[in-house]
This record gives sequence, structure tokens and C-alpha cells, in this order.
Amino acid sequence: MADTHDQSGTPAGEQMSQQTLIRVIAKMTIPFILVFGCYVILHGELGPGGGFQGGVILAAAFILYGLVFGADELRRRIPPPIIDACMALGALLYAGVGLASVLRGGTFLDYGMLEPDHAGDGEALGMALVEYGVGITVCSVMVTIYLMISERRATVRRGEVR
Amino acid sequence: MDIELPESIRAHLPVLVVLLPLFGGLLAMFTGLVQRGGGVIAWAWSVLITGLMLVCSAAMLQLVHASPEPLVYRLGSWPEAYGIGYSVDALNAYVILVVSIIAFLTTVYAKDSVMAEVANDRHHLFYSVWLLAIAGLIGITVTGDTFNIYVLLEISSLTVYTLVALGGDRDRRALVAALKYLILGSIGATFILLGIGYLLMLTGTLNMGDMHDQLVRMREAGTLANNRTVFVSFAFLMVGLSLKMALFPLHLWLPNAYTYAPSAVSALVAATATKVGVYMTFRFVFTIYGGVYDTSADLQLLALCACLGIVVSSVAAVRQMNVKKVLAYSSVGQIAYIVLGFSLANHTGVTASVIHIFNHAIIKGGMFMAVGAVALRTGGTKIEDFKGIGRQMPVTMAAFTVGGCGLIGVPLTSGFISKWYLVQAAMEEGYWGVAAVVLLGGVLAIVYVWRLIEIIWFGTPDDPNKRVKEAPLSMLVPMWILIGASVYFGIDATWTADSARAAASLLLNGGHG
Repeated sequence: MADTHDQSGTPAGEQMSQQTLIRVIAKMTIPFILVFGCYVILHGELGPGGGFQGGVILAAAFILYGLVFGADELRRRIPPPIIDACMALGALLYAGVGLASVLRGGTFLDYGMLEPDHAGDGEALGMALVEYGVGITVCSVMVTIYLMISERRATVRRGEVR
Repeated sequence: MDIELPESIRAHLPVLVVLLPLFGGLLAMFTGLVQRGGGVIAWAWSVLITGLMLVCSAAMLQLVHASPEPLVYRLGSWPEAYGIGYSVDALNAYVILVVSIIAFLTTVYAKDSVMAEVANDRHHLFYSVWLLAIAGLIGITVTGDTFNIYVLLEISSLTVYTLVALGGDRDRRALVAALKYLILGSIGATFILLGIGYLLMLTGTLNMGDMHDQLVRMREAGTLANNRTVFVSFAFLMVGLSLKMALFPLHLWLPNAYTYAPSAVSALVAATATKVGVYMTFRFVFTIYGGVYDTSADLQLLALCACLGIVVSSVAAVRQMNVKKVLAYSSVGQIAYIVLGFSLANHTGVTASVIHIFNHAIIKGGMFMAVGAVALRTGGTKIEDFKGIGRQMPVTMAAFTVGGCGLIGVPLTSGFISKWYLVQAAMEEGYWGVAAVVLLGGVLAIVYVWRLIEIIWFGTPDDPNKRVKEAPLSMLVPMWILIGASVYFGIDATWTADSARAAASLLLNGGHG
């Protein structure tokens, strides 16, 4: 029960973290969800999927962790300032690809200029990086929304106790 | 003043003015990782970014005035008909400069105000969203692609809703105001999107210049007369844009949003957001539909709304008990002046509109800054907080008073220049009633401004022993630059009038960027 050290989590989370079955299944599935999310992002430029879908799947893993072990535990694992930074990081990666093509002598978001000798490779690289950026941002925004909602609930409950 | 930039930067200016605040905003988020003093770092960073943006937009205006053709920038090197093309001409280079000036000065001003009004752990978010809002506003102005306008409109709107809601740390009513703004703003944006959709259906293109050319071709082929799609798209666009501009009677979101937003946000948004809405309207009415679709009946309706708006909002401003709300209602009235100008559809009228975009931005920006300084020192913006404040904060309140004279349109202030052109435009068309409404609006402005000035200078504070300090220098300097500019451009209006005339000729001669 090393993970339930923090008793101030949401009551729903506390109850769930005491049920062995839920804990074990969650711990087993989370790595697979993460891998699947990464697969959907990586494969996005060639098949169904992409940054948005993959990002949401990645976020689902974090949210599942939060639901089972409590939002406070999730917040301890990935502190909100880091999630905030990730939101910006993903968008920066996207915009950075655009800027890189400007620095290579093209116009903004001119992926072909990333590899001037092989425009096709440059486009593939540009698209892939943009997808990764979208994935990071979508994932961290979804986690933030979840944390915001759970935080609100926690404050309301604390207010009732007083 | 001449700004020399290397050629490699000059070619990218149209996209740089958007990229600077976009990257700046995203990077500002990382200051949240700094444990202490992150807010100050974020502020200094924002000042740097908006300063660079100001240099770029000033250089761009010079470049536009020097070249006969609009500057065109193709994103991703796609041809404009397929990809996104940014294009800058005399009109939007001017609006971009106005937005950049206000953005830079309000950012300098924001430091102490934000420290006092926004919770400490949210400063990195505040400046990040702040810069993104500026990126959205500049982006709308620079782009020549209608769908891109919608996307950037959403960026700027969503960020402004957030900025308004951040006032919730000081007054919980900000949250309700932001929600109301969000609902009405989203309806407006949806209407604009529908209008753009119908235009796309009709012309098969999203580029403004291209759209105009297609419509001209359709008119020559005779397929445009009685075409219901054109009519519907125009109607959707006008309603959506009127909501975004806060044209009476679609202004209901504005007063509370401006009142409960953090002071710095009120100054930025009041001076820029609705002006960018007016700019969009220019583009749609004149650049896309100009000379193709008979807009005279619709423009008369707009003129009627504007006349009613001037009177109703000025009367409402007289009755408010919160100084920020007085200014907010006055903003509704001033937007109505701008709308009235271009809806007369003659050269002087459009010139008056374009001039007033600048003049109102500097006057209202400066006045909201003065109110923000009082909010910092007394903790409130109610009428009672202003009783006799003139003796304790004379420099701030002098700025407020000069700004108030500008709102009235006293000669030697820039407000006078705008009204002069406006009355002239109405007389050229023989609309004596419209000229009378403009003058009546001035009289009503005397009432609501004088009421405040009397309280500020001659009122007795409720608590005579209460001492408040003058505002800090970081607030006074930007405030006085704006107010000083409003006096300067009231005495020597050459620059504003020339820029506005160039923009008006461009719009009315079917020019498109």
C-alpha cells in the first residue's frame, strides 16, 4: 500500500485504491495504454490516428492512474508546472518546425526546406515532428482538464467540512 | 524615424509579427518552473517580445508605404489560392502598428497591476495567455485568408475569455462575465464561420483577393443577381462581426467583461479587440463584397444601430456606479462612432473610422490605465473610491481628465479630429440627423465625463484620514505616453489623417491585399 500514503486525495480515489483488483488491473494496463498511445502518434502520418487521437489515449493512461490512486498522487508524480510546460512544449515543437524551415531559407512551415536535397524526406520529418508536438500538447491539456475538475471538487468538499 | 532591418528579416516581417508573440507566449509558460520571481521574469520577457514586435510592425508600415504592391507572404510556399497567404497593405499595416503600440505599453504597465490582482501561482499563465491573445489579434489583421481569420479569431477570443476570467481572483463576478462573453463570443464566431462557409461554397476559395475576383467574375456572368447564398453569407457575417465589435444591440457581453477583467486586461482589450473586429468588417464589406454586392441597405441598418448605440450607451454610461463600467459603456458608444463612419460609405466617413480606431485606442487605453492605477492604490473602482482622489493621485487623475476631454471631443484632443471628420462625412451625404446624433453623443459624453471629474477633483473622501500614494512610475509612463499622444495627434493629425486617407482610398477603390 505504498501508494496510498496521501490521505487527502479525493474520496473516490481513496476507495478505489484500496481495492486490490482495480489497482492491479490499472497497473497492468497503463503501460499498454501508453505504448498504444505512442503507436497511434507515431503511425499518424501513414495510417489512421495522429497527434490528437494518440495524445488523448496517452492522457487516458494518466487519468486512469489519477482515478485509481487519487488526483493528489497523480499531481505528486507529475507536478502541474511540468504539465503546464509540456502544454507549451508541444506547441513550441510545432511552431519550431515552422521556424526551422524559415532558418533553412524557406517560408514558415515550408517542411520541404528541412532537407533541401530531399524535399520528400523533409516533408515527412516536418509532419512527424508536428504530430509529436500535437500529441504532447493534447495529452497535457487533457490531464490538466482532469486535474482542474478534480481540484475543484476537492475544494468544494473541504468547504463543506468547514 | 527610419528602421533598417537586414533583408533576411525584412522578407519575413509579415509572419514575424505573429510568430514573436506566439513563441513568446509559449516560452513564457516555462517561467512557471521558476519557484520564486517567475512572474517578474515572465513580465520582462513579455516586454521584450512586444517591444521587438513594435519594431517589426513599424518597419513593416514603412515598407508598405514604400512599395506600391501589398507585401505578400505565402506560408509553406503554397500558392495563395490553396494555402494561407499573409498580405499587408496600407490598412492592416496601420492597424497592426496600433495594436503593437498598445500591446507594448500595456505590457509595460501590467507589472504592478498584475502582481496585485492575479494570484501569484498564475502569473506565468497570465503572461503566456496575454502574449497569445496579442498573437491572435495581430494574426487576424495580417492574414489574407478568411479561414485563417476564423482560426486566429478563435485564438484571440479564447485567450481573452481566459484573461477576463483571471479577474476572478479579485472579484468572482469576473467568472460570470467571462462565461457570458464566451457564450456570446462563440455565437458570433460561429456566425462568422457560417458566413465564410457560404462564401467558400460560392467561390471555391478562401483567399480574400481571390474571393473578390470570383465574385466579380460571377457578377459579369450574371449569376450573382438575386443569388441567395451571397445574401445569406453577408447576413451571417454582419451579425457575427457586430457581436465581435459589440455594436448595439449586440453589445451586452462587453460592459461586465471590461469591468471585472484585471485592469491591464481592460486596457489591452478595450483598446485592441473591438478594433480588430472593425478591421475584419472593413475587409469583408469592402475588400470582398466591395463593388460586387449592393451593401447600401445593410450599411444603412448598421448606421441606424450605430446612432441608437451612441445615444443608448452614453445614457447608460451616465447611470453607472463603477468607473470601469462608465468607460465600458462609453466604449460601446465609441465603437458605434467607428461603425457609423464607415457605414456612410464615403471617403471621409471611412477616413473618420480609421482615424478613430487609433484615437479611441490611445484615449481609452490611457483611461483604463488610470483607473487601473486607482484600483492598485485604493483596491476598488467604484465611484466612492474616486472621491477626492485627484488631490492624492494628481498625475494619474490629470491623465484621466485629459483622456475624458478626448472622449468628449474637446478641440486640441484627438477625439475632436475624429468627430470633425465624422460630422463632415455625414454632411457630405446630407444626413443632418446623423450629424446631430454625433453632436448629441458629445454632449452626453460631457455629462458622464464631468460627473466623474467632479467626484475626482471636488469630492470629499469618505474617510478623510485615508492616504493613498501616487501610482508607480511603471504605470504613469505608459499612461502618459498614450494620453500625450492623444493630445499630440489632436494638434498635429497629419500622420493619422494621411494613413487613414491612404487606407480609405484602398478600401473604397476595391483594393484588396
